[in-house]
Amino acid sequence: MTRPAAGSVGHRPSPLEVRRRAERARRARRSTLTALGSTVAFAVLLYLGVTSTPGWPRVQAAFLDPSVAVDSLPSILRGMWLNLRVLAVAAVLTVALALVVAVLRTLRGPVWLPLRLLATGYVDLFRGVPLIVLLYLIGFGVPALRFTDGRISSVALGTAAIVLTYSAYVSEVFRAGIETVHPSQRLGARSLGLSYAQSMRLVVLPQAVRRVTPPLLNDFVAMQKDVGLISLLGAVDAVRAAQIAQLDGFNFTPYVVVALLFVLLSVPTARLADWVSIRATRREQAGAVL
Amino acid sequence: MSRSRLPLITVPALVLALSACGGGTEGTAAPPPAASGSPATQASGGASTEPDGSPSEEPSGGAGTIEGCDPASLETLTDGVLTYATSEPAFEPWMVDNDPTSGQGYESAVAYAVAQTLGYDEAAVEWVRVPFDAAISPGPKDFDAALNQFSITDERRQAVDFSSPYYDVRQAVVTVEGSVAADLTSLEQMGELLFGAQVGTTSLDAIVSAVGPTLQPQVFNSNEDAVNALANGQVDAIVVDLPTAFFATAVQLDGGVILGQLPQGDGEAEQFGMVLDLGSPLTDCVSQAVDALEADGTLDALQAEWLADVAGAPELT
Repeated sequence: MTRPAAGSVGHRPSPLEVRRRAERARRARRSTLTALGSTVAFAVLLYLGVTSTPGWPRVQAAFLDPSVAVDSLPSILRGMWLNLRVLAVAAVLTVALALVVAVLRTLRGPVWLPLRLLATGYVDLFRGVPLIVLLYLIGFGVPALRFTDGRISSVALGTAAIVLTYSAYVSEVFRAGIETVHPSQRLGARSLGLSYAQSMRLVVLPQAVRRVTPPLLNDFVAMQKDVGLISLLGAVDAVRAAQIAQLDGFNFTPYVVVALLFVLLSVPTARLADWVSIRATRREQAGAVL
Repeated sequence: MSRSRLPLITVPALVLALSACGGGTEGTAAPPPAASGSPATQASGGASTEPDGSPSEEPSGGAGTIEGCDPASLETLTDGVLTYATSEPAFEPWMVDNDPTSGQGYESAVAYAVAQTLGYDEAAVEWVRVPFDAAISPGPKDFDAALNQFSITDERRQAVDFSSPYYDVRQAVVTVEGSVAADLTSLEQMGELLFGAQVGTTSLDAIVSAVGPTLQPQVFNSNEDAVNALANGQVDAIVVDLPTAFFATAVQLDGGVILGQLPQGDGEAEQFGMVLDLGSPLTDCVSQAVDALEADGTLDALQAEWLADVAGAPELT
């Protein structure tokens, strides 16, 4: 590619080029207006279409009742606070455990076979067991063992189940990242005198984690929603709070409220994911133009 | 569907079979002799299918017991068929062995008795399984009436129709021996307990209004989960409706104890009713049928047959 000509200093566009640009600007304006118009028309049609259905008044009453929404909001927010706390703990534990499993799974050498098998078995097991089943098994099975006198909080048991399942998923993401790092990186690191552990920590993992950040954030959004499943074991999370409010009056509005809250929660993560992947692209391509 | 499991069984045989299967109801299984007459006949729906033919029984349960309510005129989902819904699974003592078509268990028996009163014989009753939430959603229903221990409240009446109540229910506190709750006798002492209850039941409201515990009660998907959590020591006590409490302590829990009944929230009796679509054309007829069963003592007889005698539980104050 040659250096870009447009806009460079001292260049004066020809009358033809000026007309060409005016024409382009006109078209751009027109397409913006068209897009705007069609979007508004689409929204209006959708609105009219939905609101003119015979069931709309009942749907509106059952799903979009402002007073029910206001009444249910405080308890849903209290539940959401539990979701956020569980999410924070579970996310950290998941990443830690997943990294360990991924590193174990990528160990080389015959002597590490038991650890590799263990890690592989762990992934197969906890990725395969449906989360809800695991929640029931841990939530109702572990306390039945009665190995402590005290009570293990249902939140802790639920968090453990979430971490087990998600760390199995996330460890595979990490492993994929580790394996995309070119062997020459590892060989280079070893030839510089770094030990296996050092080359892993200083050379391989930083590159691997950077590459898998978008799928990791993807899993994070999934986790934001799945932590609520601990409510199976008794804790009242946001979704459960919404359900309680819904069953009070058989009105579904609380579900809409909790859905909006979860969307709000996931938007920052989505933007963060976008920003991270843009930054990663910029850094990896280091100014090269595609 | 596997309806009409018992098409050819005569009424005495049915009563025998019911007593034989009624182990779960702890001693009340054998219906009182006085009640095994006409109410049991109605409940079994056997009048029209008996092989030996007993036409004398026909009028008591035949079509058109209620004026203007008969299979020909009722706008049911499927013409000539009354479709009931309950949840999957359905629990005792409301349905026995998760089989609503057997007529065993209180809600199943009530359903068949109502069908009988409206002129539907046993073969004209269909069952569908509908989750609790789906039964109350505003969309088209695939059932005519749902029985799933739905408590009647005015707030809920804005979303669905309720039939006349078929059971006056009380909430009870259940715990197990060895729990810190086991020796408590008054509501005041229960403020520090960790309670459990099923979501969507009024049990949860009952805990909050009657006890006002400091710890947020644990909420479970089903009474079964709550009972499990209690057995595991994950909660100190659970609140369930009284018949479920008797069933849980008699069958499901080792060393289960009913501490007592909670007082009625605001002095009004809590009642179970069938759920019908909002504005359903059937509500009136179903309600009349329930009222008729209440008036002629059938409901009492069925309660005696399927639900433990609830008089034994002390009142908590």
